[in-house]
Amino acid sequence: MAAGNFEKYKSDGSLAGNALEWLDARFPATSMWKGHLSEYYAPKNFNFWYFFGSLALLVLVIQIVTGIFLVMHYKPDAALNANGVPIAFASVEYIMRDVSGGWLIRYMHSTGASAFFIVVYLHMFRGLLYGSYRKPRELTWLFGVGIFLCLMGEAFFGYLLPWGQMSFWGAQVIVNLFSAIPVIGPDLSIIIRGDFVVGDATLNRFFSFHVIAFPLVLIGLVAAHVLALHETGSNNPDGVEIKANKDANGIPLDGIPFHPYYTVKDIVGVIVFLMVFSAVMFWAPEGGGYFLETPNFYPADPLKTPPHIAPVWYFTPFYSILRAVTFPLFGIDAKFWGVVAMGASVVIFAFLPWLDRSPVKSIRYRGPIYKTLLTIFVICFFILGYLGTLSPSPMGELVSQICSVFYFGFFLAMPWWSRMDKFSPVPDRVTFK
Amino acid sequence: MSNQGKMDCGRRRLVVATAAVGGAGAVAALVPFVSSLLPSERAKAAGAPVEVDISKLEPGQMMTVEWRGKPVWIINRTKDMLDTLPKLADAVADPKSEKQQQPAYAQNDTRSIKPEIMVVVGICTHLGCSPSQKFKAGADEGMPGEWLGGFLCPCHGSTFDFAGRVFKAKPAPTNLEVPPHVYLADTRIMIGEDKKGA
Repeated sequence: MAAGNFEKYKSDGSLAGNALEWLDARFPATSMWKGHLSEYYAPKNFNFWYFFGSLALLVLVIQIVTGIFLVMHYKPDAALNANGVPIAFASVEYIMRDVSGGWLIRYMHSTGASAFFIVVYLHMFRGLLYGSYRKPRELTWLFGVGIFLCLMGEAFFGYLLPWGQMSFWGAQVIVNLFSAIPVIGPDLSIIIRGDFVVGDATLNRFFSFHVIAFPLVLIGLVAAHVLALHETGSNNPDGVEIKANKDANGIPLDGIPFHPYYTVKDIVGVIVFLMVFSAVMFWAPEGGGYFLETPNFYPADPLKTPPHIAPVWYFTPFYSILRAVTFPLFGIDAKFWGVVAMGASVVIFAFLPWLDRSPVKSIRYRGPIYKTLLTIFVICFFILGYLGTLSPSPMGELVSQICSVFYFGFFLAMPWWSRMDKFSPVPDRVTFK
Repeated sequence: MSNQGKMDCGRRRLVVATAAVGGAGAVAALVPFVSSLLPSERAKAAGAPVEVDISKLEPGQMMTVEWRGKPVWIINRTKDMLDTLPKLADAVADPKSEKQQQPAYAQNDTRSIKPEIMVVVGICTHLGCSPSQKFKAGADEGMPGEWLGGFLCPCHGSTFDFAGRVFKAKPAPTNLEVPPHVYLADTRIMIGEDKKGA
């Protein structure tokens, strides 16, 4: 099924046919089309959860296209204009008020950021449900974790650009986290900021990372993610390998060509997604203060922190884990261990393929232990996310500590509990109604 | 390339040497890029001292000036405010200001040159937020009943007294920083310099 094993296109004598034959002799057009779409055989039992991969790709395209147009009007400049407003902040206001359609493009981009994380979290959860990260798809999963890290970087750098109060103080807090690293920390945070405080140098380099460096890496990783997936073939809700049962032509008996079957199915997902997306974009672009936070409607003021600062919702579970670490260890500040815990809580996903030792992949054939623990894990993730939006409190601290312990316990104890479960027999072929 | 498994050792050494030299060149090429990430000469030069007139600062009031992009607070402390400091000696983490967060001339009970005038960088030593004023005692500020007045960092809840000393068991590791400063006249302070006319 991998690209490259397809016969070159033979012209039928028509002009278009001749052109395609000419092209195909010089470029792997037919083999790419067939290998990745028309003769890429995907399991026929994909369900609702399999929409989110293609939706993530759609949101990536939305972000790139809207981003290109926003950069035409946006100015990454922290200097004050004649009215005493930072130029960057004023240029966003200009996009919102004076550029034709600018408000729509900007709301597409800001709603797209939150939509990206919703879609990616659901896509990752699908992996947890059906064991998509298991052998032989470990590398697909690792590229995916890379995409997730890259996406977090994109979101963080992008959030500074409007140069509002939350942009400024959010960046201030996160960059200062790096100063907690022993020995190199203080210099590292200066290298990140490019100045002794968050300022114009920081804004310009974050702009550069946001529009050039990270998107390039992101696109490369997405290509690698899809190529690795198409090398092994897709997993499915039953977690059985469709390549184990092939017909005389070497085509998986439970496989159907991605195009037209899944391209058409995904269009349905796209339509539903765009309905929800448009509803948010037109009626609630601020997402109730979660997508665009209220203090960000005030220009950045380096002398005054807003009374309540919190990261955007998609970072709050990890931010809660950071705040949950309140005690020093081995003579190093709690601040440093908080940073370590936060980093570990993201990177630990990369180890899933090797932590999970269950003999079956899909939750359909796993027992009560996995179902219970996964449910508690998801609940903990939501609680951590909610607490991360609140001001620190003793009660919140305790709850986030409990949830953090469970969060890490879920992963670290997985090699043991994943083996102990009661499993039901896995069918040879996919189940399909 | 290979000659039925026989390796040309001379050629191989050349390949290794070429790769090593090329690799060293690639690493050396990183230097200008990494150094461009450091603060520019302009950023380094921007730390000019700031002169402040405090003649209009009434007792109990606080003003904020910008120095090196950071807020510097000047607080004209009342006697009541100063009286809270000795009472808090057991509640704060570093009551005698032993950690180097102030010039030697401010390493005293009030962490200041003149007892009533506090000059301090208004940046929390935890993650760099600017703490808010909570000058009134107790519940008037939404603080616990034993609160005597001071500052609360909105980000992670560190609290500081009227001398910028951090309370125990809070995320901030040290007291607020007292910048170098000097009195040019009775009501004029230069922030960022230690000596007059330097």
